[in-house]
Amino acid sequence: MQFMLLFSRQGKLRLQKWYVAHPDKAKKKITRELITTILARKPKMSSFLEWRDLKIVYKRYASLYFCCAIDQEDNELLTLEVIHRYVELLDKYFGSVCELDIIFNFEKAYFMLDELVVGGEVCETSKKNVLKAIAAQDLLQEEEIVELALRDLGLI
Amino acid sequence: MSSIKQVINEAVEKGKEVYDKVRQPNPIRLRDLIRQIRSAKTAAEERSVVNKECAAIRLTFREEDSVWRCRNVAKLLYIHMLGYPAHFGQMECLKLIASPRFTDKRIGYLGAMLLLDERQDVHLLITNSLKNDLKSPTQFVQGLALCTLAAIASPEMARDLADEVERLLKSSNAYIRKKAAICAVRIMSKVPELLEMFLPATRNLLSEKNHGVLITGITLITSMCVQSPDTLDHFKKTVGNLVRILKNLVMAGYSPEHDVQGVSDPFLQVKVLKLLRILGRGDGQASETMNDILAQVATNTEATKNVGNAILYETVLSIMDIQSETGLRVLAVNILGRFLLNVDKNIKYVALHTLLKVVHQDNQAVQRHRTTILECLKDADITIRRRAMELCFALINPSNVRTMMKELISFLETAETEFKAVCSSKCVTAAEQFSPNTRWHIDTLLKVIIAAGNSVPDDVVACTIQLIAESGEAEQQYAVAELWQRLSAAPLDTQPLLQVATWVCGEFANFLSLVGGGVSEGEVVAVYQRILWSSQCSAVTKQYAITSSMKLASRMPGTNSLVAQMVSAYGSHLNVELQQRGVEYTQLFTRYDSMRGPLLERMPPFERSRLRVSQDAAAANAAAAAAAAPLANGLHNNNNNDAVAAVQAPSQSDSNALLDLLGGLDDSANDVPVQVKSAPLPPAGTGSLNSDILDLLGGLGGGGGGDSGGTLISRTVNNGGILDTGLGSASNNLLDDLLNNSSSNLNNSTLANNTINSTNSLPVSTLPSSDEYGSLTIYERNNLRLVMTFQRQDSLTTITLTATNSSTSCNITDFLFQAAVPKSLQLQLLTPSSTSLAPAASLTQFIRVNNPNKAVLRMKLRLSWFADGVKIEDQNEVNNFPPALWQY
Repeated sequence: MQFMLLFSRQGKLRLQKWYVAHPDKAKKKITRELITTILARKPKMSSFLEWRDLKIVYKRYASLYFCCAIDQEDNELLTLEVIHRYVELLDKYFGSVCELDIIFNFEKAYFMLDELVVGGEVCETSKKNVLKAIAAQDLLQEEEIVELALRDLGLI
Repeated sequence: MSSIKQVINEAVEKGKEVYDKVRQPNPIRLRDLIRQIRSAKTAAEERSVVNKECAAIRLTFREEDSVWRCRNVAKLLYIHMLGYPAHFGQMECLKLIASPRFTDKRIGYLGAMLLLDERQDVHLLITNSLKNDLKSPTQFVQGLALCTLAAIASPEMARDLADEVERLLKSSNAYIRKKAAICAVRIMSKVPELLEMFLPATRNLLSEKNHGVLITGITLITSMCVQSPDTLDHFKKTVGNLVRILKNLVMAGYSPEHDVQGVSDPFLQVKVLKLLRILGRGDGQASETMNDILAQVATNTEATKNVGNAILYETVLSIMDIQSETGLRVLAVNILGRFLLNVDKNIKYVALHTLLKVVHQDNQAVQRHRTTILECLKDADITIRRRAMELCFALINPSNVRTMMKELISFLETAETEFKAVCSSKCVTAAEQFSPNTRWHIDTLLKVIIAAGNSVPDDVVACTIQLIAESGEAEQQYAVAELWQRLSAAPLDTQPLLQVATWVCGEFANFLSLVGGGVSEGEVVAVYQRILWSSQCSAVTKQYAITSSMKLASRMPGTNSLVAQMVSAYGSHLNVELQQRGVEYTQLFTRYDSMRGPLLERMPPFERSRLRVSQDAAAANAAAAAAAAPLANGLHNNNNNDAVAAVQAPSQSDSNALLDLLGGLDDSANDVPVQVKSAPLPPAGTGSLNSDILDLLGGLGGGGGGDSGGTLISRTVNNGGILDTGLGSASNNLLDDLLNNSSSNLNNSTLANNTINSTNSLPVSTLPSSDEYGSLTIYERNNLRLVMTFQRQDSLTTITLTATNSSTSCNITDFLFQAAVPKSLQLQLLTPSSTSLAPAASLTQFIRVNNPNKAVLRMKLRLSWFADGVKIEDQNEVNNFPPALWQY
């Protein structure tokens, strides 16, 4: 996978993850171009686009579009499954996720993606393991907050 | 004193108050910022909120505030996603990463992945932090570092951190191992020579139970195999392991952890299938090992859901790629057939995409699905239409070409512009390959040109013209009838059609009288006027039209005066090419009217060297640009391959006039000058034609030592020149050079080039063949030999004089040839190709004799030259000219 974009039906970018280096300008151009093209497509069309030398796989979940760019030899049907897996994970984590969850907790959405896909490759196929890792890291953060508060109060 | 103290104290207090007021209290929370931004009603409002916040963030950055750094970077990342610049946060991310707190690191690494990429020069700093964190005792800190490294590693980072990653690849912790494997993939892709160091650790990854490690391990092996053939051999022995892994997945019962809608870990299955494909490709033994499991997966996988189809799709790809059994291949194509009928557009697309790969191996099997594939041409989805189109072209064969082409042309009519160029080129190729007869072929090409409108690439125009030019009279007559109809009615904004139509109607204007009830001369001229005066027609179309109108005038004498009028009006056209044509043709009407007929005779059938339909519309456009550009462009547009091919192709046939030119050169002992009857029309754009011809001429000059007696086109220009680079500066007032006897080496080439360049297809035809007059040696003394050869056009005889220095050492300079003829004849001597002759070299000079009274031709000669600085003068009389020159 070369990059992944999440954007709303209004064309607002909600999340972007790049696994191949591009200058900022190029990223913006690619994003704009893809958002326009995908939003112009009708619901009954296929989920695939041939774009430059890449294949674009996208799927809409409620008001959000999930869009991945994959190489020619990658399996586009499986990419749909990767997207679906990501949505399922977000759903589990937030409890029936909606666009607002992702807007206000965008960093959490990134963390989740980083547990599922590393360097553009799926690195964990068990939902349970992903959620476990996220929960453990969230706990680490919470402990730190408690520790900080206690220190502020002079208790430790 | 105390009062002063009091005042000071008060002032300090006040200052503190002011300071507290000015100093920002705690920065607002991320959540509040997002709310603020979202409540902005206009883009300007949003921008002002963002700018204000950015200013505040910068301020705290500058104050080196570490308490709020994390919150501020998080806000900055949100602002970055909205498209605002956030590069000033890069250093802050690095500081966060260096912090001991996990919360800081988590946001810091996230920011690093978003704000840095491998181009940034802050890498040295991040490399150190990464190195530390890769050694962290906390697995999640290691995880963050690995994840970041896998996303943004640059070659330098890869080199510096490869050791750490290799160490982690052997970690006992699965969570770390899987991420390290992906890091290794990234490192290898950045620095291929680091592949070796990961090999030992990789071997063990296949015996893992943990699916995360398995899938990343297989990913790592796959990229190793792709990168290095040696490694590919090395991993051949893992085929058995992979087959076992796949078998376990397929056969094992329900496992909730990895189940996706009844399929056990599809992600892993697909990875294994892909690696099997790479290992089995071109390896009979490996292929055999995996045959069974592939068959099992292909038959046992549930095809009702997307996830099952994803696996089936990968399986089909593997079956078709390895050396699988025939039965298995049939199974695979059948799966694709089922895919094709699936209502799900995604599955349909995948089927088309894969069939295209399979079609060359098993055309018959794919043919069975032709109807369905043709249906897909009408799909609403452009992605599907594109695949279907390509597949359709692959399916055309002699037996179905008529129906397929019909469908494809109707597709072409409604297709998006981006399809039209490619599709029309492919139609032409297919028609060329499979056409049952010429009539159908012509019909098809015309339909293609009409359907594709202005998107037709230039080579399609050239192909069509070529086809019509080389077909029989009946077909030509048919084409004229068809195209005349178009020409008289077509809108003027479709250039390619107009170009073909004007070329054909001009070239074969004699058939116009046979069209319908016969086309009147007035009608024809009216149509041409419409084109030539229209502002909708491109310059290239007008070039076609103006040359075509000249042809017309010579075929339908009644149109002469009107055409002359049109043409002369072009003498002041703004476009240089058109202006030149206007002036040249006007001269043909006035001073050289006698030459006009022969010059504009019909083109002989073109040499068909090869099919040159480019698949690439862009290339065609480039050629079109070159065609439209004047001469100089063509000169620089030197495609060596084309040129070489062009030189070779004609050399096998004597029908090619330019070859004759070459032949005459090689044959210089023979001293028979050869005549250029026409320039060949290239099947492709003019750009390459120019270079072809130039190369021909170049080869001529270089190879033949510049001695040639060819008469090119208008007989006024000699052809002895070596084509030099000075050509680039060729003048546009060629005609003046041409007709005012001031020819030079330069002009010669210029002429050839220009005349052909002028319109893609300007037929430059024509002198009647004239070897019948033979050659005549008129002088042979003092190491100088003069030979004459003749061409006659009515009363006008053109004599080519070839002077050869027959000595082996003596240099001739200041050669001067003078001649006189009886009073009833008119004589014109043109500038010689040179005035000096090295040993064994030759020069040519053209002499024109007009003999309207058919008087006996005699000539007195006076010669003078310096032989190695010694002046020699001589005289001679020639009375033995061939009588055929005046008795006709």
